Amino acid sequence: MSPGPQHIDREFQRELQALRDHLLRMGGRVEEMVHLAVQSLVEDDMELAERTIRLDNAVNQDERDIDERCIRMLARWQPMASDLRLITFGFKVVTDFERVGDLAVSICQRAKELHGDGVKESWAELSVMAGRVTDMLTRALDAFARVDEAAARAVIGLDDAVDDDDRRISRGQLERVRGEGGEGLVQHCIRVQNISKSLERIGDHCTNIAERTVFLAGGTDLRYTGPRGVR
Amino acid sequence: MSALHPRHNRAARRWEALFRGVCLGAVALPLIVLLGLVGDTVLRGLPKLDLDFLTGFPSRKWERAGLLPGLVGSVQLIVLTAALALPVGVGAAVYLEEYGSRTSRIARVIEVNIANLAGVPSILYGLLGLELFVRALGLGRSLLAGAATLALLVLPVVILTTREALRTVPDSLREAAAALGATRWQITRQVVLPMALPGILTGAILAVSRAMGETAPLVVIGALTFMTYVPDGVDSYFTALPILIFNWTSRPDPGFATTAAAGITVLLVTLLALNLGAIVLRGRLMARRQGSP
Amino acid sequence: MSASTPKLRAADVRAGFGDKEVLRGIHLDVAPQEVTAIIGPSGCGKSTFLRNLNRMHELVPGAWLRGSLQLDGVEIAGADVDPVLLRRRVGMVFQKPNPFPTMSIRDNVLAGLRLTGRTLGRADEELTLQRSLTQAALWDEVKDRLRDPAVGLSGGQQQRLCIARSLAVGPEVLLMDEPCSALDPIATARIEDLIHVLRESYTIVIVTHSMQQAARVSGRTAFFLMGELVEVDDTQSLFTRPRDKRTEDYITGRFG
Repeated sequence: MSPGPQHIDREFQRELQALRDHLLRMGGRVEEMVHLAVQSLVEDDMELAERTIRLDNAVNQDERDIDERCIRMLARWQPMASDLRLITFGFKVVTDFERVGDLAVSICQRAKELHGDGVKESWAELSVMAGRVTDMLTRALDAFARVDEAAARAVIGLDDAVDDDDRRISRGQLERVRGEGGEGLVQHCIRVQNISKSLERIGDHCTNIAERTVFLAGGTDLRYTGPRGVR
Repeated sequence: MSALHPRHNRAARRWEALFRGVCLGAVALPLIVLLGLVGDTVLRGLPKLDLDFLTGFPSRKWERAGLLPGLVGSVQLIVLTAALALPVGVGAAVYLEEYGSRTSRIARVIEVNIANLAGVPSILYGLLGLELFVRALGLGRSLLAGAATLALLVLPVVILTTREALRTVPDSLREAAAALGATRWQITRQVVLPMALPGILTGAILAVSRAMGETAPLVVIGALTFMTYVPDGVDSYFTALPILIFNWTSRPDPGFATTAAAGITVLLVTLLALNLGAIVLRGRLMARRQGSP
Repeated sequence: MSASTPKLRAADVRAGFGDKEVLRGIHLDVAPQEVTAIIGPSGCGKSTFLRNLNRMHELVPGAWLRGSLQLDGVEIAGADVDPVLLRRRVGMVFQKPNPFPTMSIRDNVLAGLRLTGRTLGRADEELTLQRSLTQAALWDEVKDRLRDPAVGLSGGQQQRLCIARSLAVGPEVLLMDEPCSALDPIATARIEDLIHVLRESYTIVIVTHSMQQAARVSGRTAFFLMGELVEVDDTQSLFTRPRDKRTEDYITGRFG
């Protein structure tokens, strides 16, 4: 965070560092979950999907633990300035992380439902989109770790491509249904659309994380300013 | 038995008891000696202590010797000395303390000199008084000259104790008054002096008590050792109790020893009465302050 | 920042004692009817600056002041201004409550007027007494014992008495030099509550070593460091996103 002099109260210093570490750990967990969820889908690996779903327990525990840690620090040290921004960042960002975890679980569940559905044409598109999203997540976490405002703003700019992917995939699925029809296909397409939506939402959460990182870095509140406000 | 039991600290407690014993002795010893001396004197003077002694005049026969002129003279001296020394002394102390700089070199020089003056042998003040008041100012060997000399003598003491009293007034009060928009004089008169009054009065009592017991300077001024009338004005010849006592102790007749002892007793009683009166006055002033209108 | 004249303005103020310079060129505006807090580590000059605002600084032998100080646009640091008169418009409350011990509660409140020879009629005195004690949130607690000695009050009450005493003189500005340092948390909270109310009628400048207190009571906060004014901003901004790294380091507890 702010390099240079350490806090005089060393316990406070340790707590702040522990908070950062915990946040990064949680972020790393959900990053892995997304990665594994997509992998289980593409490789049609049901066991992987199950394992990934179970990882969500740890993420939920993280949310509870970090919330408690933040409240404790507020009560004990009445932090100011950048420390205060870190605490409020912690409160908000755990929500985003937790949702990302839930979305990864959702992808795994769709993967299970799609198991054995034959040739999966949309996998290429989904893989590309998943790649973009996991990249966004990795960069957002990285930007937080380094409190790098520029890197965070860059992440926000990547969201458009992800939104485009989602629109394209959804439209594509719709056309397949229109073209070929059939109960099985409809189910299949709905589930694929669902996966695309989940990935798009993960992208939105990454944007949130990045916006909050910008606030953490310099204190500018970017929420609700829209893409034009960013550029 | 726990580790906290007193027996584990025996050595330290023994030293403590020893130290307390020494301190007690240091207090008790002078007290005992003092009481012994005073008691002895009072007993010795007992035969002469009667109304005739108090209202009579000095005589060549010890049986008829009385100390009225000395008693009256001492009281008159005290009153005059106080009237002269207190306003000047308190005023000087107020000026030095409230208006002067406390840390400048001049201030320190003055402080040292006043302290020294307080320690100058009193007979030198007598000589000064003789030249200045008796001769140069033409006051003659009068009550006024005597009082003026004694006033000079106790002036350093008054200044010193008044300064001490003024210093006990915390600066925070002066600051508070200044912050309310008061001038230096307003602060001094309405905040500092009222607070320092007990201390100033104590100093005054001290000074007056000292003046009462002085013999040498009065002798140099020319106080009478044998007076057959009561001093009747500031320009009159005068005498004082210590001088009469001094005179009696230098007589060969053993009866005068008794007379001297009786005189000392009267002096002591007078001093005590004066001190008590002043303390009562101080107490009244402080009490009045607490419930001020 | 409004365009109206600031209540107090310091321009290139330098001050010190002897050859020691304590304030190095301070530029600060204090808006009327606002609470301005001054924070900073020990020895940064914040008390010295405060004491220059009512010219108490010059009471110390060897003290000197250069630069411009203005009250309502009028220069107050020069020889043509009587500091005694200035102090009747700019009052001060100190760190340790200092009621006059020889006076009753009543006499303490009225002391400012009596000391300076401004006597009022009996009725006016009573009015002033009640108004000042009410303004200082002390009236209800002492109205039945106004003739009791002031030193019998608790620390917090004594400090409020000192505030009442200052207010009775009728100042426009109230300077407070760490007024709660010697008080317990509840007494402190009472005085902070009092400051919220007083703000509407007076301009208040408060020096405090507690950042939380500055955050709670003030609208604008100035950070002093080693005789310099590092940053001044509205309190919310200064405490959530300070612009200067030194301010950031101080208020997060990295030094001081």
